[in-house]
Amino acid sequence: MFTLRSSKQLILTLLCATLSFQSFAKETKDAHDSDGADLKSEIKAYIQHHLQDSYDFNLLSYTDETTHKKVHVGLPLPVILWDNGLQVFSSSKLHHGESVAHVGDNYYKLYHGKIYKTNAAGEISYDDHHHPTNVKPLDFSITKSVVSILFTALLMILLFQSLARSYAKNGLIAQGIGRFFEPIVIYIRDEIAIPNIGEKHYRKYMSFLLTLFFFVWFLNILGLTPLGINVTGNIAVTFCLATLTFLITNLTAKKDYWMHIFWMPGVPKLMRVVLAPIELLGVFIKPFSLMIRLYANISAGHIVLMSLISLIFIFKNWLGSSLSFMLAFAISMIEILVALLQAYIFTMLSALYFGMAAEEHDHEHH
Amino acid sequence: MEKLIGEFSFGLFFWQLFIFVGLLIFLAKFAWKPILNAVDERENSIKDALKAAEDARNEMAQLQSDNDRILKEARAEREALLKEAKATSNNLIAEAKAQAQEQAEKILAQAQEEIAAEKRNAIGDLKKQIAGISIDIAETLLQEELKDQDKQLEMIAKRVESAEIQ
Repeated sequence: MFTLRSSKQLILTLLCATLSFQSFAKETKDAHDSDGADLKSEIKAYIQHHLQDSYDFNLLSYTDETTHKKVHVGLPLPVILWDNGLQVFSSSKLHHGESVAHVGDNYYKLYHGKIYKTNAAGEISYDDHHHPTNVKPLDFSITKSVVSILFTALLMILLFQSLARSYAKNGLIAQGIGRFFEPIVIYIRDEIAIPNIGEKHYRKYMSFLLTLFFFVWFLNILGLTPLGINVTGNIAVTFCLATLTFLITNLTAKKDYWMHIFWMPGVPKLMRVVLAPIELLGVFIKPFSLMIRLYANISAGHIVLMSLISLIFIFKNWLGSSLSFMLAFAISMIEILVALLQAYIFTMLSALYFGMAAEEHDHEHH
Repeated sequence: MEKLIGEFSFGLFFWQLFIFVGLLIFLAKFAWKPILNAVDERENSIKDALKAAEDARNEMAQLQSDNDRILKEARAEREALLKEAKATSNNLIAEAKAQAQEQAEKILAQAQEEIAAEKRNAIGDLKKQIAGISIDIAETLLQEELKDQDKQLEMIAKRVESAEIQ
């Protein structure tokens, strides 16, 4: 399985390199003979752009040689805004921020990945810190990340429903693709849920842990494809996942959990008073660390990988370029591991927090 | 931190929450529950099957040892019976022998006694006869004596000489 995926990854990396090459090669011609700093800042902007969500499913962009116009290849996605009523229009109207979208009586402009309400000319006013002061309408657009999340959700429904069905059909023995995932489900139950939560309470947390693990893992892997998806490296997504862990932990917490936070048994009275705010802070820090860990790991991986690929175009000689290719390849391998590892860590720590909440202490020990 | 907040998109958060919770509820009902139940069920059935096999093996061993024990006991019993029978028969023979011996001895003793009695009777009879003869002789002698003294004496002497007690 691993070798298969590795070879797949190799092809994907190659594909990624060629795709990127197209766009960069065209753009470097534009700025040819100008200094390298231009290319570097362009790469930086490109990576920054990639890390962010976008309103259309962009596959590649390049500048046409004859017309000197930027060409974007990809799928437009629906933009949904709440601005004195629902405003729904195709993201192709935004023209990648190059022109103003005229929807009904309103004008919208894409600026640094965000939609602002503007006047007909598309003017954007700034404050002292160069932040736009235009109104940002409430945005429920089906962005690239939302599409990826939907895709992952559908994939998971397909996979695990077929696994569930295969048991009934085949006399308790898994069949088909689900067979590959069954040991992982059992691993999560036996090595993550039961040791951390305990035999008595683990069952009610299993659905969340399993969904969480596969969701994060699949999206991490999807992020390594050359489609340029970065969902688990998006703070809104990790915030949502961490919030759910936080809510489930605190809503299912038993008396003992709160007791250990506000009135720690087994320590002197004065210490209890000192410990209470620290423990209370810990309640929020735990899910916060979950959020930052996943976000930082995945974002960092993407930045490193893309930078290494970009190095090929900075070196522009066979030695340096092949070296950066080898490096990018090696990092890709590591990133596949990180994709799994981060899903595991998120699930594992969530299980640990659930375990703390569900634990019932034997107070004779204290 | 400011950058993170700047990057935070409420729309994406909304969709992520909506889709994830929907996915969670759907999978919990239609995937995780049947999968975990099936896995549990399978594990239990494997456990049960293993336990049943173990029990059967134990039972077999138990039966085997029971058989062995019964066979051994039967053999011992047979031997004991044989021994007892042999002892009984030996006893019987010995007893019979002893009894026969005793009987024989008794018969022999009785016979001897009878012989002795007969002998005594015979001797008595003989004595009686001899006494009769003696009386007869004495009578005759007395009669002879009455006739001739010398002859009488002679006669008696002769008679006594001839009538020797056997």
